[in-house]
Amino acid sequence: MKLFRMLGRSVRDAFKSVFRNFSLSLASISCITITLIIVAISILASFNVENFTKEIEKDMTIVVFVDNKVEEDQVKTIEKKIKKMANVESYVFKGKETVKEEMQKESDIFNTIMQDWDSESNPLKDTFQVKVKDIEKISKTANKIKKIEGVAVVRYGEGMVDQMVTAFKSIEKVAYGIVIALVVVTVFLIINTIKLTIFSRKREISIMRLVGASNFTIKTPFIVEGMILGLIGAIVPVCLVLFGYLAFYNHFDGYLFSELIQLIKPEPFIYLVSLMVVGIGMLVGMIGSASAVRKYLKV
Amino acid sequence: MDLIRLKNVSKRYKNGVTAIYDLNLSIKKGSFAFVIGGSGSGKSTFIKMLYREEKPTTGSIIVGGVNVAKLRNKKVYKLRRKLGIVFQDYRLLPKLNVYENVAFAMEVIGAKKDETRRKVLKALELVGLKNKIHNYPDQLSGGEQQRVAIARAIVNEPKLLLCDEPTGNLDPDRSIEIVKVLEEINKTCGTTVIMATHDKEIVNKMKKQVIVLKDGRLVKQQERGTYDEAF
Repeated sequence: MKLFRMLGRSVRDAFKSVFRNFSLSLASISCITITLIIVAISILASFNVENFTKEIEKDMTIVVFVDNKVEEDQVKTIEKKIKKMANVESYVFKGKETVKEEMQKESDIFNTIMQDWDSESNPLKDTFQVKVKDIEKISKTANKIKKIEGVAVVRYGEGMVDQMVTAFKSIEKVAYGIVIALVVVTVFLIINTIKLTIFSRKREISIMRLVGASNFTIKTPFIVEGMILGLIGAIVPVCLVLFGYLAFYNHFDGYLFSELIQLIKPEPFIYLVSLMVVGIGMLVGMIGSASAVRKYLKV
Repeated sequence: MDLIRLKNVSKRYKNGVTAIYDLNLSIKKGSFAFVIGGSGSGKSTFIKMLYREEKPTTGSIIVGGVNVAKLRNKKVYKLRRKLGIVFQDYRLLPKLNVYENVAFAMEVIGAKKDETRRKVLKALELVGLKNKIHNYPDQLSGGEQQRVAIARAIVNEPKLLLCDEPTGNLDPDRSIEIVKVLEEINKTCGTTVIMATHDKEIVNKMKKQVIVLKDGRLVKQQERGTYDEAF
């Protein structure tokens, strides 16, 4: 009960203080808002990039064509070597007969041509279809497989997909850099806001100390004030996430540019992101006010 | 029984000034003592060390069984809850009225509302200000403001009331009023009162225990003492 009374007092004092120093509070709040908007966009983007790279990754396979001259024993050795590779998630072996049958099913023309092939004259190759764990290392793994004796050709979706993933990853890194810089600026602004509150309440604080208020009681209102600044600063970014993403999703019918890039469904995704944005806002506010309290409130 | 006991206490400030030299004294529970001496005699330092605003450089200060000299910053609030402090400049919050100023001391230690109300009204009655609870400090005279400050100091029912020149800003008549209030508190609540002052008239009129300091040294400690010209 006592704790609740004290917390209630802290929240009341913190709100009062936010409005008493409104001009400075507004500076902190706007800075938090801008930061959180960029944070929100980064989160939305990175989750989506993550999502569609995963989708693409599911389909990405390395196809290993085994040389026709190779004996059955050596095929086994190749299989063993592929199996041992660290980046290999799973693989499926398809003998040339299976490949032939599959191709025959696919089209009538293939069917007529391939009808006469027997196992000796079949020019197709035995294949392994390899799935990898880490898509970024797919070209390395492919090259490694290519070096195995008896492997004729290795194919994977080189080119476009590779470049796209790298491009998104580097955009992500830049976004993180901006976010970190903005968070630092915001923290400094909050430290200043709280510093002013502490100075304007010096008399009150000294009396609190004289009559035996604990450090917790003295400090908490300032920490809460920082969190409130963060919370108010999160309002616009949260609206942006809730309504902006929904509008964006509906406008593009859930796909960006092509069917390859599928956007994450808004629900419950936007609520999760909103929660994260609010959490980050309050955390940044708390860090700022906590360091101001440590610096300027010698208790 | 001794409420306060000082042993070999000395205080040297960081700027090199020594305010107290090897002070040994004790004050009994329930007593009323004047700490007297001129400017720079160490009165304020003595009072400040009792509520642990300052730490002694050497020696031990026992207040109510606790060695205040060794009290850690984090625990100081526990000591402050057991004592009341009154200053020359009242230290009231200008934006709060009389009632709120006194209640503030209860609120910040997390007291319940009805308990706060009961104790605040009792304290204000004791200092004779029950009819002015809705006034703000700037609507009160100096003597009344000081009585609010006293009410705030005793609202928590402390065992010890420390007063650092509480009459310093008041005319002789108001000063006597304030000291009478303190005497009333001393008698009715059994609170030990220690008052630093350089007001001769009051000390001679009240005939209480006197502790005389000069240049940071104890000159005399006497029951029913007076303020001698020699000091």
